Amino acid sequence: MEYTILLSILVLGVTAFISAVVLYLVSRKFAIPEEEKVSQIEEVLPQANCGGCGKAGCHDFAITCAHADAKTFSKLHCPVGGNEVMKKVAKILGFKPTVKEATVSVLRCNGTCQNAPAKIQYDGIFSCRVANKVSCGQTGCPTGCLRLGDCVKVCQFGALSIDKKTGIPVIDEDKCTSCGACVRTCPRQLFEIRNKSPKGNMVYVACRNTQKGAIARKNCKAACIACLKCNKINPDIKVENNLSYIPNTVSADDYGQELAQSCPTGAIIFTHCGDKKHD
Amino acid sequence: MFKISTAPHFQTTDDTRHIMQDVIIALMPAAFTAILFFGLNALLVILTSVAGCVLFEYLACRYWLKTSNTTTDLSAVVTGLLLAYNLPSSMPLWMTLVGCFVSIIIAKACYGGLGKNIFNPALVGRVFLFISFPVQMTTWPKPELGNIFELDAQTGATTLGILKHLDGSTSATSLQGDLPEYWEMFFGNIGGCLGEVSALALLLGVIYLIWKKVITWHIPFYYVATVFLITSIMWLITGKQSYDPITHILSGGLLLGAFFMATDYTTSPMNKKGQIIFAVGCGVLTVIIRLWSAYPEGVSFAILIMNAFVPLIDKYVTPRLYGSRR
Amino acid sequence: MTKLKTFPLGGIHPDKYKITTDSPIIDAGLPEIVYIPVKQHIGSPAKILVSKGDKVKVGTLLADADGIVSADVHSSVSGEVIKVESIEGEFGYLEDMITIKVEGDDFEPSIDRSTDINREIELSKEEIIAKIREAGIVGMGGAGYPTPVKTSIPENKKVDTLILNGIECEPFLTADDRLMVEKAEQIVIGAKIINKILGIQNAIIAIDENKPHAIETLSKITKTYVGVNVQVCATKYPQGGEKQLITAITGREVPSRKLPIDVGCIVQNVGTVFAVYEAVMKNKPLFERIVTLSGDACLHPANYRVRVGTPASFLIDKSGGITEKVSKVIFGGPMMGTAAFNINAPITKITSGILLLSEELSHKTEPQDCIRCGKCVEACPMGLQPYLIGRNVRNEKFSELAACHVLDCIECGCCAYTCPVHLPLLDYCKIAKSELKKK
Repeated sequence: MEYTILLSILVLGVTAFISAVVLYLVSRKFAIPEEEKVSQIEEVLPQANCGGCGKAGCHDFAITCAHADAKTFSKLHCPVGGNEVMKKVAKILGFKPTVKEATVSVLRCNGTCQNAPAKIQYDGIFSCRVANKVSCGQTGCPTGCLRLGDCVKVCQFGALSIDKKTGIPVIDEDKCTSCGACVRTCPRQLFEIRNKSPKGNMVYVACRNTQKGAIARKNCKAACIACLKCNKINPDIKVENNLSYIPNTVSADDYGQELAQSCPTGAIIFTHCGDKKHD
Repeated sequence: MFKISTAPHFQTTDDTRHIMQDVIIALMPAAFTAILFFGLNALLVILTSVAGCVLFEYLACRYWLKTSNTTTDLSAVVTGLLLAYNLPSSMPLWMTLVGCFVSIIIAKACYGGLGKNIFNPALVGRVFLFISFPVQMTTWPKPELGNIFELDAQTGATTLGILKHLDGSTSATSLQGDLPEYWEMFFGNIGGCLGEVSALALLLGVIYLIWKKVITWHIPFYYVATVFLITSIMWLITGKQSYDPITHILSGGLLLGAFFMATDYTTSPMNKKGQIIFAVGCGVLTVIIRLWSAYPEGVSFAILIMNAFVPLIDKYVTPRLYGSRR
Repeated sequence: MTKLKTFPLGGIHPDKYKITTDSPIIDAGLPEIVYIPVKQHIGSPAKILVSKGDKVKVGTLLADADGIVSADVHSSVSGEVIKVESIEGEFGYLEDMITIKVEGDDFEPSIDRSTDINREIELSKEEIIAKIREAGIVGMGGAGYPTPVKTSIPENKKVDTLILNGIECEPFLTADDRLMVEKAEQIVIGAKIINKILGIQNAIIAIDENKPHAIETLSKITKTYVGVNVQVCATKYPQGGEKQLITAITGREVPSRKLPIDVGCIVQNVGTVFAVYEAVMKNKPLFERIVTLSGDACLHPANYRVRVGTPASFLIDKSGGITEKVSKVIFGGPMMGTAAFNINAPITKITSGILLLSEELSHKTEPQDCIRCGKCVEACPMGLQPYLIGRNVRNEKFSELAACHVLDCIECGCCAYTCPVHLPLLDYCKIAKSELKKK
């Protein structure tokens, strides 16, 4: 009896020992050599793996950073971590951090249920991609928001939600990391990553409709009709194809209020320090 | 206001509820024969089982899965019926409820509800009971035609139990009784679980299902044919009565399993080729368990084992693509 | 009775609703204004030749084919061009259209308006192709592929069979059915014309068994024409699909991403063949077609001969108008057609029907979880596994889609039709296709 117990202990013990040795050797043999810097950088990265930086994920970004020189590094930016994280990364690598302006995603459509009432009922799968193919949408505007929330589904940070009153998505500026997932998803390219002004203001044209003013207005009260009023306030604002576009260089602090007030249809939206309001 | 949507603008009027209704209708002849042969006890077991399954399904949807109430699609009723059909009529009712719990909560809700379970819920419940309460699960009241109110019926053996003993060297007749005639097995005048005794009732049910296009003939046919083929080969080679193919087909849960359990949508492969492989696998395993294992009956185990292979079959057995033939 | 021919894989039997089988073709008459889109076909839009204020006659060339894969567009009415600009089409998107105000009904003098049947094919192969091109003929079954391109056989390919598609497997539609009954001999002559282009002797007119009148009429006529035969097929959807029809008739299968021509077949819709006859024998460009106006919410279903560019609402008004019951207006058939956003959109060369469907018939039921019934796999005529495609799309596993052969999908809608839990399987397939094409 005792002999049996001893034998089993022995056999198991020897097996365990041999396995341990084998495991150790194998792990040494097949270990992936990893640079210390890469793992250090990875630790400070947000690990959202959103692809907002343009790389395949946080690990990929860390590798790129570790291999970058001072010049190429200044072009790298993690939109999710922002300046905070980039400062830490720069410290690890010994580079000078470049400070980027704060950015946020904006919806360039103000086709709310009130501005653009539904003319037809969409009865199908809740996917903007599909609806975009079937028709111009409920409102009749061929470039407007389809209100089916593909963007809400792809937002990893919960920054997007459909406002039940207006029907269109609203962006929570505090949560938005400008990773660009919504920009890539929207079948009508309605999202844009825009810089915030130093005071945290933004001004942009919330319309992408290139139809003639009269036709566009038939479907949506808040359509841009290319009246050129904004162009008169600041000539940098270009009006092409019946549509105005305010470039990032136009300061929202200086012109924002005036531009929004001058717009006869309300297509220009001026937001101030996070209190974003549609309509 | 008009509506717009993607094509097709036209859909079948079929839905899960209709399908389950058809299955329930198909199961009714077997319920009738069960009550005819095993009396009110059978009815009690069936009602308890159905009520238990519906109750657990409701509770699971309401308090756990937080999905919409899926009891209205009647799938729980089907599970309840099938579980009851796999129990002897003398089954204590509280044990039946335990079976319902295992079927619905463990075998179905744990996986996420209808359509996501890997194993046939009713069979999981049955096997659980079979292993937990072997005595109660193998006490087979003798069928007594028309004696509905007799609650203390005599017990006897199932056909397969007798076959198993025939195989052994001990004299079977003294302990177990004689093998029933074919016609007795066909009409259901044999010992066994509630729903499995009458081949005729099950056959009527499956013909209804095939006619209503709820299932295709593939799985039932290939399952039964495989069992028939292997047992007849064994029978011809050895000449032993225990390998009699017709007895094998008519006895035990084979027909119930082949017609109603193996054909369960969720736990069977998606395409014809896969279904045939699945059915043949079930058949082979059933025969192996029946002839060479300690258990007299192997249908439940065979189907459950093949259920586990379904994801694999679905992955590697794909339908023939149009254009692959030249 | 021998077994009728059909394709072997998948298919469904939707309720037919062929309520207008016995209604003769009625001339729809002239609307006040027509909108003629310059793109009624696959390929590049035609180049506009007219401008505002121009007077046109029936058959006047309005826009010229731009490139090989394109088609001429002709005026379908006489009158004055009042607008040449983008107008809301059936989807609500803007399309380039020529708007013509109708004044009288003058035809171009070159068009032979007599009703006699010309039986002698005197032109050479090249002349015939030129005529078809000038007439702007495109595939009228729904795809709108320019016919001259389809009938020009590349040097290295060989064609042995011409199949005339008279299947019309979509529920409700009867335009081809009526055309075969009323213009049977013209269709047969048309088939001989295309045969001459292809340099072959045989043509098979495929008709499914639920069109007894067409089968009877055409069988009688084909007796006097050598090489043209009627083949009756079993009724099954989507038998009218090009690939399915070829398999049904010849048993050959068109390999993935190959064309029918690669297996020696050319399939032409009977409507197209009739247009070829008119173009070659009567010098008549394609400016009118047969349209079925039907649907369970339609008061007076009928088959109309309609000028291209007629607003759908003109036809709808003729058939009793929009009633309370109408919930969807469909251009085309209920299985593959599109629900219209704008019912003033014009009927084009490829519109085979306008359907007014009620809420009961056309509503989409809320989808539930897949119960793995396998009905979609059984119904798919291409041997795909729609449930798997749907699952991958829902879980955003786009990398696994390539292995599902989604690009072979013909978008017939059998999977979505047959699904008992009403999953939008066809939509998933479309998403999958667009995702795959992105890469």
